[in-house]
Amino acid sequence: MSAHVLPSLPYAFDALEPYIDARTMEIHHGKHHATYVAKLNEALDKAPELKGRELKTLLQQLGSVPEAIRGAVRNHGGGHANHSLFWGIMGKGKGGEPVGQLGAAIKQEIGGFAALREKFNAAATAQFGSGWAWLSLDQGGRLVIHALPNQDSPLSEGKTPILGLDVWEHAYYLKYQNRRPEYIEAWWSVVDWEAVEANYRAARG
Amino acid sequence: MSNDVFHDEPARAEAVPPESPLTRRDFLAVAGAGAALVGIGAPNLAFGATPFVLPPLPYALGALAPVISARTLGLHYGKHHKAYVDNLNKLVKGTPFADQTLEQIVRAAAGKPAAQAIFNNAAQAWNHAFFWHSLTPKGGGTPPAKLAQRLGEAFGSTEACVRELAAQAVGHFGSGWAWLVADAAGKLSVTHTANAELPLTAGLKPLLTIDVWEHAYYLDYQNRRADYVAALVGQRLNWAFASENLG
Repeated sequence: MSAHVLPSLPYAFDALEPYIDARTMEIHHGKHHATYVAKLNEALDKAPELKGRELKTLLQQLGSVPEAIRGAVRNHGGGHANHSLFWGIMGKGKGGEPVGQLGAAIKQEIGGFAALREKFNAAATAQFGSGWAWLSLDQGGRLVIHALPNQDSPLSEGKTPILGLDVWEHAYYLKYQNRRPEYIEAWWSVVDWEAVEANYRAARG
Repeated sequence: MSNDVFHDEPARAEAVPPESPLTRRDFLAVAGAGAALVGIGAPNLAFGATPFVLPPLPYALGALAPVISARTLGLHYGKHHKAYVDNLNKLVKGTPFADQTLEQIVRAAAGKPAAQAIFNNAAQAWNHAFFWHSLTPKGGGTPPAKLAQRLGEAFGSTEACVRELAAQAVGHFGSGWAWLVADAAGKLSVTHTANAELPLTAGLKPLLTIDVWEHAYYLDYQNRRADYVAALVGQRLNWAFASENLG
């Protein structure tokens, strides 16, 4: 039995055009994300005692995962969690600016949306090699902009991600090739701030 | 597509006398392995000037197709490799690194958080120059006899070495490189490194490398890294280059 399943994409492959192309979305979701789910399940087959454990808990408590599969859970479990969040914070006809409690918090803690964009773009651009840029809540509930390599999850360092940008080359290479900054800039036009706000409220509890 | 892009540097290279002190900056005085690189590419690779320059590709952009398309190679060499060289020049300007060879910079910057960006760009400049020579249009096949014997001693057979090299290239998680290396005692093995990391800084002599950053294959193979690696090791590995590096 597969414990973890690939979530459906909440919109059509071409919904994020022209910012993110349909072919990239189809391969990214149907191949890359699907492979993370398959390899996570494959790893967990070797540790049946973990099969009922939530993905979030697995990543928050990587140290309690048997060493033989810890790397696989970190990589493929992280890949599953990161991509699941990623699909959810994008949508057709989105963009704009953060609103509500999140908008207020961004203003107070980061200095406003322009400052958020600037710092987030810098983090996403500077991530060397494969990885992600994140807007997370730290353990004190404060917003923090950071980047992590590969599929490492903010959850594994005690943070709760509410917004993430995949800067693995597979996320943008078919359309943007080496021009990562153009991809980053375009991506803001598909960010679904209501979804990010919902993530923020859930993380605040 | 014209490969004129490669014809700029040789002319400038010839303008620099071999005995010029500027040759301290030889881009490919990068190497213990540099002896082999220069041997293959000379005189085009062996010149010095400030700043570092992008070394010429040892073949035309379309020469590795269909294993690696001309479009991929054009971007990989003309954009990615070039950006590492250009970034390095900006980063070292006015620093003590500016008087060093590429290999000296790689060694000096390795493991130093304050020099991380310099290391990344210097190491990637080195790795890509080494990668171009690790490939050849009519590659694969049987290594020169002496190398084949050493591969047999280390892996059981050339085929077993290729299988292990491919497995590491496919299995490496995220961006990075797979390598055939020799240790100080001359024993051969395969290894893999993340991002810009390279075996030089671990006291190992690189013999061949495979780039598994997604930009190396994504336009041609998308998520199918295993197909890229299989085609590359079967048809494009430059065993003569590995043999020269072995010395």
